[in-house]
Amino acid sequence: MLDKRIIEQLKTIIGAENVATDRQDLICYGYDATQMEFLPDAVVHPGSTEEVARVLKLANTEKFPVFPRGAGSGFTGGALPKGGGIVLVVTRLNRILRIDTENLIAEVEPGVVTEQFQIEVEKLGLFYPPDPASLKFSTLGGNVAENAGGPRCVKYGVTRDFVMGLEVVLPTGEIIRTGGETYKGVVGYDLTRLLCGSEGTLGVITKIIFKLLPLPEAKKTMLTIFDSIDGAAKAVSTIIGNKIIPTTLEFMDYATLQCVEKRFSLGIPANGRAVLLIEVDGDRELIEKQATRIQELIQPLGLVECKVAKDAAESEALWKVRRLVSPSLRDVNPDKFNEDIVVPRSRVPDVIRVIDRIQQKYDIPIVNFGHAGDGNIHVNVMIDKAVAGLEEKAHEAIAEIFQAALDLNGTMSGEHGVGLAKQPYIHLELKPAQVAAMQAVKNALDPNNILNPGKMFPVTG
Amino acid sequence: MNQRVNTDAIKRVENELKKCVKCGACRAHCPAFTAFQREPAVARGKIALAQHLLKGDIELDDATYAAMSKCLLCGSCVEKCPNEVPTDEIVMVAREALARQRGLTTFHSAVGRVIRNRSLMKFGVAAARILGPLFFRKVPETSGLRLRFPLPFVGGKRHIPPIAKKPFLERHPELIPGEPGKPRIVYFVGCMTNFCYPQVGEAALALFRHLGCTVIIPKNQQCCGLPGMSGGDLDTVRVLAEKNLAELERFDADYIMTACATCGGALHKFYPNLVGKRHPELAARLKAIAAKTVDAAQLLQQLGLNPEETGAGGDVRITYHDPCHLRTRAITRQPRELLSATPGVDLAEMEGADKCCGLGGTFNVYHYESSLAINRMKSAAIINTGARAVVTGCPGCMMQLSDGLKQQGSGVRVLHTLEILARRLTVPADKRKRR
Repeated sequence: MLDKRIIEQLKTIIGAENVATDRQDLICYGYDATQMEFLPDAVVHPGSTEEVARVLKLANTEKFPVFPRGAGSGFTGGALPKGGGIVLVVTRLNRILRIDTENLIAEVEPGVVTEQFQIEVEKLGLFYPPDPASLKFSTLGGNVAENAGGPRCVKYGVTRDFVMGLEVVLPTGEIIRTGGETYKGVVGYDLTRLLCGSEGTLGVITKIIFKLLPLPEAKKTMLTIFDSIDGAAKAVSTIIGNKIIPTTLEFMDYATLQCVEKRFSLGIPANGRAVLLIEVDGDRELIEKQATRIQELIQPLGLVECKVAKDAAESEALWKVRRLVSPSLRDVNPDKFNEDIVVPRSRVPDVIRVIDRIQQKYDIPIVNFGHAGDGNIHVNVMIDKAVAGLEEKAHEAIAEIFQAALDLNGTMSGEHGVGLAKQPYIHLELKPAQVAAMQAVKNALDPNNILNPGKMFPVTG
Repeated sequence: MNQRVNTDAIKRVENELKKCVKCGACRAHCPAFTAFQREPAVARGKIALAQHLLKGDIELDDATYAAMSKCLLCGSCVEKCPNEVPTDEIVMVAREALARQRGLTTFHSAVGRVIRNRSLMKFGVAAARILGPLFFRKVPETSGLRLRFPLPFVGGKRHIPPIAKKPFLERHPELIPGEPGKPRIVYFVGCMTNFCYPQVGEAALALFRHLGCTVIIPKNQQCCGLPGMSGGDLDTVRVLAEKNLAELERFDADYIMTACATCGGALHKFYPNLVGKRHPELAARLKAIAAKTVDAAQLLQQLGLNPEETGAGGDVRITYHDPCHLRTRAITRQPRELLSATPGVDLAEMEGADKCCGLGGTFNVYHYESSLAINRMKSAAIINTGARAVVTGCPGCMMQLSDGLKQQGSGVRVLHTLEILARRLTVPADKRKRR
């Protein structure tokens, strides 16, 4: 439990109205999308970089844990206050500070909601591509800390690829700037890239400078249905092999299709075994050409049906199939473990086959969909936690799935991070020397281990 | 724990609570969260609190009350929830539990007294007596009432529509016969129309008579009960539902028509959920009423109203606001299509037409500033269209929109859809142009 005296000091720093200690408030900042729950001792809502710095200085002196939090929509528990301490919510820092149309950059505070930022830059004909599924509510600070991805990453890259510079409060309370406003810059270590994806363990991000692109003129959406999973997978490598990089190449396997069809009766052909949602963007003429070329290329690969959207409304209707996946899954089983392995894109069919074997071995339904274009597959292990023993079985299955991804030169997480959820497995991917190097960085920046402690690396000793 | 938490009410939604995976999607759609920016105000937070109430590790205390009060019951989160968690229902049962445990607040028990157990005519008297001074802002500065209610009604700034000299229900006979073979329509009027916006009732009457319908205006109809529902006073709502049920069943109607989105929502959506499995017969009757309940615009379109014959837009730009209780019943297209087909209407879409106006039952009473903060965004969106009038299908929204616009110093008028659709029928030709 946090000392009353410390609570009072926090109130002095950021105002009593921004320090919450009611049990109800603690509950409401103790969960995230993992559905795990740990109650903090207090929740603080600082309103400036300086306030964040003063809170961290106090924490470093008094040695209490601080857990940075944006929208709390993470899938691995990165923002959860395991072990108690304070949750530091950055959503009051929610201003877009500037959008610079000459240098194609923008500077924002971490609490800005991703979609809000996209709407604002698009008004000026600019484009911020990273589009995590949570973009309507996730914050940019959280996106950077978790290095969020999304469907458009196959063409444009992940959040990290758009971060040029940061303002960060270190765990000791110093405020530093990393990177800057120039595309080039080689003075010193690249702390910006280190902090992207550091899951709030190395510093609290208080400002972000993003790179922007010109907004593509148009986009074209196609829903393609194949008679085999191999056909769909081959389509991905064939399209890219022919030097067309679509904006998105979203994949849904047979189990996913069955879920969606059973619930929403969209009229997916009976012999359809896999779906690819393909989108291209760019100049109007170019994307028409690309769309035609894509259809030629995939025709021989067991294509059952190809719907091409003529306008935005039709495009939205095609995307609906993808968006209905999540609500449909509950019909399989009430609880899901949503993993996000990545393999080189040509190995997608291989990994799906291995997952199918794992599914049969453990007799647990596994539903796969996701970003086939970059080999990032969302593997949903569906169980009913109420059934005794199933959760343990699911964890064993998940360990095998991770190993399968690693055996195919992949990684166990493309977007969600490690947090708490994947800690038990990181030894599968990281060798002791790698972990030691990472922990050396952590120890150097956070000597008292006050910032998001217990995350990423299993707690030892 | 010094008080035993009565969680029976919450148990009813135990399975619904389990559906929430805490993904946070509600943060993007909840108007209360937009205003408060704190997690207890959003659906996910309230669900977590309801789960903890069930576990028994928090109490129905002030902090729980504060969280549960921050909901407009607008249904936005329910529509957008990937797992279709009925947070509106969950909040309602939590409020019921709070009301049972703590008793109703003074204001809500006044609301309950007013809306319950009285015919609408008596309601008028009671309302004038209890709420009237508040409406008319006659409470002296020194009155203890002001301390008790840091309320908008007494706040001074708030613009409340004047109460009609003669309530709508007293103006017409119970049965207005139409042409043989044409539909028989029972009109559920609602308090706001009856007391504050009788012109909406006149427009409804004119339109359905124009179509040859028989219109029945049951004399003993009661308040729909939604103001009580929003305060957790479900006992009052049940009493009212049963009385309305008996009254509506008196007539062999083809349709039960409402021109108030809120009343329609109560009859159509909330009544059937009021009684559990213990009263199958009552539940079946409420379902039968729900199945017959239609919104006026929806029914007018269905019956083939030609707005060219009946309506006039006055050659000005207007914009349409979606009342939550029409939007959640998928009635968004019909009013727009009717309005667009009306001569002299230039319909411009505002940004976020589907966003709540901020009224939310009695939310606006307890969270007036936040309610206005939500409303400010709405007002800005309306003003940005350059429209001279904002049109909507709910007298509750009309009151809130008027208040918000007036506070912004805007001259944009607030009208009901039916007022435009019926203008040729209700306003003489020489007066129609002067707006």
